[in-house]
Amino acid sequence: MTWSRLRAKLAPYWLVLPAWLWLVIFFVVPTLVMLSVSTMTGNLLDGFKQTWHWSTYSHGWSLYHVQFVRSIVYGLIATALCLVIAYPVAYWIAFRGGRHKSSLLFLLLLPFFVSFVIRTQSWGFILSDHGLALNWARDLHVLGLLKDVHLVSSSGSILQTPVAVVGGLVYNFLPFTVLPIYVALERVDPALLEASSDLYANKASAFSKVVLPLSMPGVFAAVLLTFVPVASDYVNATILGGTKTTMIGNIIQTEYFTNSDYPTAAALSFILMAALLIGVFAYARALGTEDVLEMAAR
Amino acid sequence: MNSPLDGLPPDLVRGLTSPRLSRRRALQIGGLSALGLSLAACGIPAAPGSKLGLHAAREQITKFWMQHAKNTGQLNFENWPLYIDVGKGNDHPSLDLFTKQTGIKVKYDEGIQDDDSYFGKIQPVLAAGQSIGWDIIVITNGIYLDRLVNLDYLIPLDQNAMPNFYANASPLVLDPSFDRGNVYTMAWQSGMTGIAYNPKYIDREITSWEDLQDPAFRGKIGMFADIEDTPNSALCAIGVNPETSTEADWRKAADWLKKQRPLVRKYYQQDYVAPLSKGDLWISLAWSGDIFQANASGSNLKFVVPKEGAPLWTDNMCIPVHAQHPRDAMTYMDWVYQPKIATLLAEYINYITPVPATQPLIMADAKAAKSKDDKEFYTQLAESPLIFPSKADYSKLHRYRVLDSAEEQVWDSLFEPIYQS
Repeated sequence: MTWSRLRAKLAPYWLVLPAWLWLVIFFVVPTLVMLSVSTMTGNLLDGFKQTWHWSTYSHGWSLYHVQFVRSIVYGLIATALCLVIAYPVAYWIAFRGGRHKSSLLFLLLLPFFVSFVIRTQSWGFILSDHGLALNWARDLHVLGLLKDVHLVSSSGSILQTPVAVVGGLVYNFLPFTVLPIYVALERVDPALLEASSDLYANKASAFSKVVLPLSMPGVFAAVLLTFVPVASDYVNATILGGTKTTMIGNIIQTEYFTNSDYPTAAALSFILMAALLIGVFAYARALGTEDVLEMAAR
Repeated sequence: MNSPLDGLPPDLVRGLTSPRLSRRRALQIGGLSALGLSLAACGIPAAPGSKLGLHAAREQITKFWMQHAKNTGQLNFENWPLYIDVGKGNDHPSLDLFTKQTGIKVKYDEGIQDDDSYFGKIQPVLAAGQSIGWDIIVITNGIYLDRLVNLDYLIPLDQNAMPNFYANASPLVLDPSFDRGNVYTMAWQSGMTGIAYNPKYIDREITSWEDLQDPAFRGKIGMFADIEDTPNSALCAIGVNPETSTEADWRKAADWLKKQRPLVRKYYQQDYVAPLSKGDLWISLAWSGDIFQANASGSNLKFVVPKEGAPLWTDNMCIPVHAQHPRDAMTYMDWVYQPKIATLLAEYINYITPVPATQPLIMADAKAAKSKDDKEFYTQLAESPLIFPSKADYSKLHRYRVLDSAEEQVWDSLFEPIYQS
């Protein structure tokens, strides 16, 4: 009797065990290993020894803080642009898509069936000095104007400038912004809109007082899903970037794979992770919730 | 020098001779693989040191090759892109010929994009004591080849199985400074690092490294994100022979590169030829063969060896430890040193061939060529100073600076920040 009651009590724990194991083996252990590696000293030939050498962190920061700040700034700009583009798209699909909703969503995801690198490289072709984009700009005589608003560099190129990198980031991560917002909007009952117009709300206030607040969880998730990978991305900066657009992801990648400087790479990853976590929690606070996970999962 | 192994520290020749590590040992040196590294152990071990004497090491090598006396019929060859002859059906005629003559099947792959990232890719596997699945890999002389040697990741070659090499190899690649006695490597091809430019956008003649600092080319200058070519070229630019350069010279070269940095569009990996042909770049650091190939396929670019001198490098075939078919690898590496085979390769690859006897053979092909285009191409090839440099050219070409591990740290800390950030 007591045995079976105990078993019943334990059952949920048994059921979550695989998830816990997965988390421990593939997240907790690697994170601890990385933490340990970040405080080692040595080189590939002589091996690395645990010396609790924490100054790798300050050294890494002093060498690469420019790239850190740049990554965060690019991340913020790209996320903001993604939101501006994604919200109307998601709104339109959710409320006006009708029976085409799923085809429209499929169209949104279609580019994802082509390799990430190939898609980014194709932007390289389009944006090159004698590529489609700049040729059109020349034909339409707007090159001077584009230079004035700094979309095109003074030497007449887009490729290898921050514009190209941020543009690539926006393009590549847009679906991560659209989908969560769409999911949130899709759940909004159209009857609520009718109700608000019954209560004398015009379209603008129905949107700002009803639809927008209801979609905020989606926006929150979208910002997380976009900002975090964008800030640590390195592919766009590699393919579309130049000498002044290196992001922290590029630095970590070269430190690890090219220079085999594992401690610095690990320390930089930790700084990035800490910065992102602090940013996310601060953002959650600002949005008025203390429970980030609940908000994102809603 | 009687044996190529004379004068080598024993730990360099060790390890390569024991084909399999025990499982326990493999786990011990499991590199960074997350679970292999217990936190209690606190550290990533160094390459295993050697207790073998030189004599014992030499014996081990002989024994190793005796154990692998016969071809197995399979060869896995990993090379750089566009670095072998290509036939009509996208096949490789020289490899087909090899299979026909020796019965050895070849799995050929173009997976090496650059030395540093390739090293990063294979290092953890080799550190874990596992085979990377390739019997021949091609690595440029320099830091990463030195590292492979110092970490005991290469199998010393069977010196008795290299008759074609010793008969036909050019002095350039025979007993080279980076691998005395050809203990670990045989050259695949060599090349020069110089300046390429697009005459469509630059209408004056380019002769000097200083032209890479001309403010008129702002935003149209390409350099390499590379720890060998970019620094060694800069050393040539300030009038220093890289091979004998000092730390003070390196600082001057780094300053030269820093001064140039605001004008540079991008530090490229391998992808500079397309931007150069399209006009995104007007002028760039470049490898000789790339430019010859681009021109052969329709571009109109110029390549110059600057008057101050230029780096000369060699890509080398070598056998990584735990290779499954080392004898087949030896057979192939020596096989390509037959002048006829080397010609087949040289006519396609267009870098400096390691077999000078190919020049008359290419001329003969030019004579025999039926179409005018082919005739022109072969003649151009045989007469090109980029493929058969003259004595005068050689006097301007310098090997990379060989660095010990303390020097390497200084070198890296001076030059890496310039192209990495």
